[in-house]
Amino acid sequence: MTRSSRLAGWLLSLALTALGLMLVTFLIGRVMPIDPVLAAVGDRAGADVYERVRVELGLDQPLWRQFLTYVGQVARGDLGHSTLTARPVLEDIARVFPATLELATCAMLIGTALGIPAGVLAATHGGRWPDHVVRLVGLAGYSVPIFWLGLMALLLFYARLDWAPGPGRVSAHFEGVVEPVTGLILIDALLAGETEVFRDALAHLALPAMVLGLFSMAYVSRMTRGLMLEQLGQDHIVTARAKGLSEARVVWRHALGNVAVPLVTVVALSWANLLEGSVLTETVFAWPGLGLYLTNSLLGADMNAVLGGTLVVGAIFVGLNLLSDLLYRLLDPRAAG
Amino acid sequence: MKRLALALAAVLALAVPALAAPPRDMLVMAWRIDDMIGLDPADAFELTTLEVIPQIYDRLVEYDPADVTRIRPMLAESWTVSEDGRVFTFTLRDDVRFHSGASMTAEDVVFSLRRAIKVARAPAALLGQLGWTPATVDRMVRVGFGPRSVVIETDRPYAPAFVLYLLTADVASVLDSALVIGNQVNGDLGQAWLKTNSAGSGPFKLRQWKPAESVLLDRHDEYWRGTPPMKRVVLRHIPEAATQRLLLEKGDVDVARNLTPEQARGLRADPAIKIGASRKSNVWYLSLNQKRGPLAKPEVRQAFRHLIDYEAIRSTILEGHALVRQSFLPEGFLGAIDDKPFAYDLDKAKALLAKAGYPDGFTVTMDVRNAAPTTDLAQAIQAGAGAAGIRIEIVPGDGKQVLTKYRARNHDLYIGQWSADYQDPHTNADAFAANADNGEGAIVKSLAWRNAWDIPEMTKATNAALIEREPAKRAAAYGAIQRAHQADSPFVLMFQEVEVVAQRADLDGIVWGPAIETNLYWKAAKRQP
Repeated sequence: MTRSSRLAGWLLSLALTALGLMLVTFLIGRVMPIDPVLAAVGDRAGADVYERVRVELGLDQPLWRQFLTYVGQVARGDLGHSTLTARPVLEDIARVFPATLELATCAMLIGTALGIPAGVLAATHGGRWPDHVVRLVGLAGYSVPIFWLGLMALLLFYARLDWAPGPGRVSAHFEGVVEPVTGLILIDALLAGETEVFRDALAHLALPAMVLGLFSMAYVSRMTRGLMLEQLGQDHIVTARAKGLSEARVVWRHALGNVAVPLVTVVALSWANLLEGSVLTETVFAWPGLGLYLTNSLLGADMNAVLGGTLVVGAIFVGLNLLSDLLYRLLDPRAAG
Repeated sequence: MKRLALALAAVLALAVPALAAPPRDMLVMAWRIDDMIGLDPADAFELTTLEVIPQIYDRLVEYDPADVTRIRPMLAESWTVSEDGRVFTFTLRDDVRFHSGASMTAEDVVFSLRRAIKVARAPAALLGQLGWTPATVDRMVRVGFGPRSVVIETDRPYAPAFVLYLLTADVASVLDSALVIGNQVNGDLGQAWLKTNSAGSGPFKLRQWKPAESVLLDRHDEYWRGTPPMKRVVLRHIPEAATQRLLLEKGDVDVARNLTPEQARGLRADPAIKIGASRKSNVWYLSLNQKRGPLAKPEVRQAFRHLIDYEAIRSTILEGHALVRQSFLPEGFLGAIDDKPFAYDLDKAKALLAKAGYPDGFTVTMDVRNAAPTTDLAQAIQAGAGAAGIRIEIVPGDGKQVLTKYRARNHDLYIGQWSADYQDPHTNADAFAANADNGEGAIVKSLAWRNAWDIPEMTKATNAALIEREPAKRAAAYGAIQRAHQADSPFVLMFQEVEVVAQRADLDGIVWGPAIETNLYWKAAKRQP
């Protein structure tokens, strides 16, 4: 395949994914027994206001026309207005997504930095105590409800030990000090030269990032362990050992080097999962991110926001898949062909 | 890998925070504020918005939070009512400055009231009751004799208290007209700008609002009633009640607004925290759709009144968050009656059901908002009615979903919460005891309409009470309507809400009034330790 046909294929799959997502979300929005006009105007509005808003929202049109109108808008980059916040959905997402991005990226870094070594350790010590410890931690990360974990972390590190600050992105007295530029508060604080705010924001980030990071670590370490076990049984590892290479070199370079490619996908997928927004973590830590926004929109029958948010999440998934494809080609000469 | 670990360790070391409680001149509140969609007084009907607007804006008149029947001057220092009861002339204070520094004049008041009608958002309906429409309001609201005189006219001679109470509502806030006009886009009367900016004369000005995140208010140093002690107020969106409690216990917030009854109980022993309760003008009711056969029988309506264990529900489920209330006007309203004739009485209810022709009961559904404490309330009612053979099937749903069904009169039983729009008795009488047209295409769809209760006589009585100008006679009229309503209606009034607020013990001065609009922050101050 040539490069341009690959690109065309990718764009086509993106467009089809987006269209499918839109159709399904749109239909779900229509079958929900919630009146979107009511959601917009409230319980006390008179019949005239109700009718005006119904027409404003285009709900007097037939269903297929509503859908076509929506697709046309999206194609022009307009995701419509949210009824809950009364702002353009794109603006809302641009506001809430950086909070999730910041948290998810830190969690992904923590999860990867701990998960890969842990997975390797477990694989090389298969069946002995390091393996058991890693598997136990992994199991905990998977099965303990993250909501409970978050609350316990707050109780212990915030309420009891005073090591960490409370929920929220910054302390109350730093609210509004830094004007949002990127929306990533760490970067905005540095850009504004507010080191106090930077430290405060970093401190607020640490606890939720570690809680989510544990979750991500559980996945990464398990996958690493599996891939490594498979590698360590291969002939070329036996050969490397027979040639007298140090065990560290055999494990970290030859074996891990070979699983680096699938690991990229693992890490990218785990990152994508985190980027959808972790509703429960965001709720416990009062973190105003995408997960909270999407949940609120769904419960509030704010279909423009739900559709817009779903599209963004879908695009992230497709984008990260593409990114890991590209990395594949870089890391694995066979795939570059 | 080692380098990464080192970098991570360095980052964590740097992050060991300099923790600090809020400064003494800053009020920090933990609250669910994700219902707020903008801070334009003409478009405010969400709970949180209704509370924040009066911190930023003043109105012509206000009522005493300690006694809602007392209306007192605010921006207007005095007023007169014409002989025929249709013309009100207000004289304004001369010492009021807006946040911009401009002095408040009659032009500002007239602009603001006309604007509220012309932007025609949902709250406009309140003032619209006076006969004001976009076409008539320019004539009916005008500058009087001199820059401190405002004249307003009504289409009919209403009870003067009714007119004044409407003017205490958020939608009647007075805006800095020059500032609003200067910021309008395409003749929108400043609607886009006012969502996120303020143009008031109140004790605080809006500095920033981030939806579902925070509201920052800064002090208005030249507030006409004196400079507020707090330099800044921060409302933080903390969705989880357990998190709110933690923040309060640690002193990182001064007030927590959404604690559950058991969390509040857990804090009572903490000397650093005080729990306050204020009666709100919201009532809880159970309603019976009169389109459903059995529910339309008078004996069945009676039986339901005896199948609710009011006292048990109050003390166990609503625990301190409600009082038993069996009439549709909240305590303290003009003409409110305090009679509580009903208690759980299974034998009486069974006898009534037998008389109605349902000795073995019947099956109905009950639409219930899927949120605490409504679900618990529903189960208690289900159990109580079940004993008499009425099998209630609970249909849980999201708030908007349940409301959609209720508004379309597709429910059987419904558990509702109703908050008075203003403190005049008409607000609840109009909802519970008036139904001008019971047809499907009715223009006004009151709560009585939603339950298909056709009451031409009571509607007449409610409308007559609205225009009764003699306060004592008016109070008596509402008393009579409530008694008739209590004796037989598809509404079983159950409780009046009590707002429970937990705050740091060193914080004084916040007024927790009878309506969300009369929760006022401007006197809040922290005592020296």
